[in-house]
Amino acid sequence: MGLLLLLPPSYLLIRSLEAPGVAGAVLLAPGTWAAAGRTLLLAAAVGAASSALGLPLAWLTLHTNLPRRRLWLVLVALPLVLPSYISAWLFAAALGPRGLLWQGIGPALGLSRLPSVYGFWGAFIVLTLCAYPYSLLVIRAAWTRLDGSLEAAGRSLGLGPWACFRRVTWPQLRPAVAGGALLAALYVLRDFGAVAIMRYDTLARVIYLAYGSAFDRHTAAVLGLLLVAMALGLVSLERGASRRARLHRAGSHGGRPIAPVALGPWRPVALACCAALTALAVVLPLGILSHWLLRGLAAGERLSGLWPALRGSVTAAALATVLTLVAALPGAWLTVRRPGHRARLLGRLSWTGQALPPLVVALALVFASTRLLPALYQTLPLLLLAYVILFLPEAGSSLQTALRQIHPALGEAARTLGRRPTAVFRTVTLPLARPGLAAAAALVFLTCLRELPATLILSPAGFSTLSISIWSAVSEAYFARAALPALVLVAVSAPPLAWLSLRGEA
Amino acid sequence: MSGDPMLSCRDLSKSYGPVRALEGVSLAAERGAILAILGPSGCGKTTLLRLLAGLETPDEGSIHIGDRLVDGPGAHVPPERRRVGMVFQHYALFPHLSAAENVAFGLPRATEGDRRVQAMLGLVGLSALGHRLPHELSGGQQQRVALARALAPQPELLLLDEPFSNLDARMRVTVREEVREIIRATGTTALFVTHDQEEALFIGDEVAVLNGGRLEQLDAPATLFHRPRTRFVAEFLGQTGFLPARVTEGGLNTELGPLAQRVDLPPGEEVDLLVRPDDLSLAEDALGSARVYRRVFQGMHLLYRVRLPSGRKLDVLAPHTQFIAEGAPVRVWLNPGHALAGFWRGEALGG
Repeated sequence: MGLLLLLPPSYLLIRSLEAPGVAGAVLLAPGTWAAAGRTLLLAAAVGAASSALGLPLAWLTLHTNLPRRRLWLVLVALPLVLPSYISAWLFAAALGPRGLLWQGIGPALGLSRLPSVYGFWGAFIVLTLCAYPYSLLVIRAAWTRLDGSLEAAGRSLGLGPWACFRRVTWPQLRPAVAGGALLAALYVLRDFGAVAIMRYDTLARVIYLAYGSAFDRHTAAVLGLLLVAMALGLVSLERGASRRARLHRAGSHGGRPIAPVALGPWRPVALACCAALTALAVVLPLGILSHWLLRGLAAGERLSGLWPALRGSVTAAALATVLTLVAALPGAWLTVRRPGHRARLLGRLSWTGQALPPLVVALALVFASTRLLPALYQTLPLLLLAYVILFLPEAGSSLQTALRQIHPALGEAARTLGRRPTAVFRTVTLPLARPGLAAAAALVFLTCLRELPATLILSPAGFSTLSISIWSAVSEAYFARAALPALVLVAVSAPPLAWLSLRGEA
Repeated sequence: MSGDPMLSCRDLSKSYGPVRALEGVSLAAERGAILAILGPSGCGKTTLLRLLAGLETPDEGSIHIGDRLVDGPGAHVPPERRRVGMVFQHYALFPHLSAAENVAFGLPRATEGDRRVQAMLGLVGLSALGHRLPHELSGGQQQRVALARALAPQPELLLLDEPFSNLDARMRVTVREEVREIIRATGTTALFVTHDQEEALFIGDEVAVLNGGRLEQLDAPATLFHRPRTRFVAEFLGQTGFLPARVTEGGLNTELGPLAQRVDLPPGEEVDLLVRPDDLSLAEDALGSARVYRRVFQGMHLLYRVRLPSGRKLDVLAPHTQFIAEGAPVRVWLNPGHALAGFWRGEALGG
């Protein structure tokens, strides 16, 4: 099972080594390093901005007298459920040179167009709005676990509130803040839709163009490897940060909760900030989506095209969910019940899997299948294989969480009461793991539903999904045609995904 | 041990990586007996229990239950075929099943209403609560459901892993008496593990003391208390002082005066006598060479901690009416009324 995760990068490596001349030329080309530099710049900027937004938001929704803090947490974390390509398209449609904003005010002000939103700033804003909820949740989780009595001790030793934050709270929170920033940066490295729509030439976009224009496989393979290497670097940094965050937690459990800070006159300001962010990241996109939908319906867009896409999405996602869970279960079981050598290796492989950008996995599978198993190319099984590789790590960790909650003594008790191991699994483990299994299944299903790059590249000819319909309509600038599948996708996936991501928090 | 052992294990050893959890342990329990396994945490007692249940496989040695070989060279009977019941430390009740369904779990094709389930619930006094889920029961009730569940399939051997450690001190005393009665009533052979010496002496017909993976001693509680074979056993059974003595022609000579107890050693040899607080008496005496440095009120008794001229500290038990101020000079003497146990070069003195 772990070998699946190694398949894409190893195949890319083989392909790159086959043509050392091309590989060398690509790696030495200034364009390559410019793209890599842009990728890193964007990742660093989004990471920093995400933690800069996440830290104060975590504080506001945890430790202040902000009215309805829990509701605000859910609202400000909600952008998490919008796929980046939908956010990017809506952003461009609203604020683009001749977007909705221009249509509203442009002619009146005598402007022929608004300044361009494309390029770095557009990609930066869109990706920050998509990725900051991850930082927020990581920082908030770490802050929740801090022992409030440490802060009380700091205050009683004569520190003011600010000095206390700086000298007591911040040092404990720092690993989580770094981890949150790295998670957001990883989101950028894995992203394809937003940079493509915002026309910012990061590695992902360059790879896609190289693949799409000339079927230039060696170049795409080398660039893909470069992207994987960068993502691996980020993932190992992130792991280091989260390990330090765990160390800080050790020994400080069971402390008193921290007393909320009275915001005083700042309370309306804080409220306004949260409201503005929610408006920008949630209300505005949904409003624009509805606007285009109405415009499309008025212009005679028909619903009929929706059904094949919906059916395709649901079919692929459902099959992928079953396959991914089946593939993830043995590993999760091994990790939870038989920790040791093999489990550690598997864990390491699995976090390596998180560094695989979907675009790169898809390309590797295209290359591998056309060369080794041409019959598989452009078939549903290959798309499903990509989904399994992409979502195996996530499924594995949710299954582990579910299994970890079942005390091993329960299984042993069943054994001493005369049940064989298979019967124990059926009568004890499975019933107890059912809620966790359902959550893991839902998570994989919803993530598959939203997936764009692998779906785009690997879908069989004539196979349509919601994400593909959105993408093709947007890339041909038929915004009104994209609105309906986008709204359906958001309506189907957003509420359960929000519940799954935030159920532990609010 | 004679007669008809229900359980016998020979030379059991088990390691976890470099850690030797159990080393060459041999013991036996007679049919219907209750055997307590006593030792500090990490002494290997839980490992022993898990080996007997079949949840782990021994590295060396053999286990017989009744006349069946369940572990030995080339043999390992899996837990579900051992007919060994187990009460887990945290009870391990199935949270998705009611109390009655938990009890029925080990019975072939039993349903809630089955007479056996009702009988077991009745035995542990929970007939009315069979429909409740584990989290709706108190700690003591969960404990009894766990016991009923383990006993329902009529196991040949019942294992209990620190069964009372989750209960508060007051409840522990009542529950352990109930549990002892229930086990007695079913005539089951039982092994239970504890780190509490009082509990072991109370429940066990015999007590096995484990230390560092080795069996130190296996004896009836009174023998264990009065004739500990090692210093570890003497100290672990609590409230123990040691007093050096020199062998003389007529008996022993100690810092507290002579003692007319004969030992099989040549005169001049040094031994360590085991003196418990009730083996000593004291009286306030301005000329006494010992001093009270601490007085502990224990309700029915007073415990005086005294320092002898040599600097040695001993505990002395006195009636609650004998009130002596801290710091007062006292005279202390040996008043055992029985032969004292003692050690010569680490070996227990012969009876």
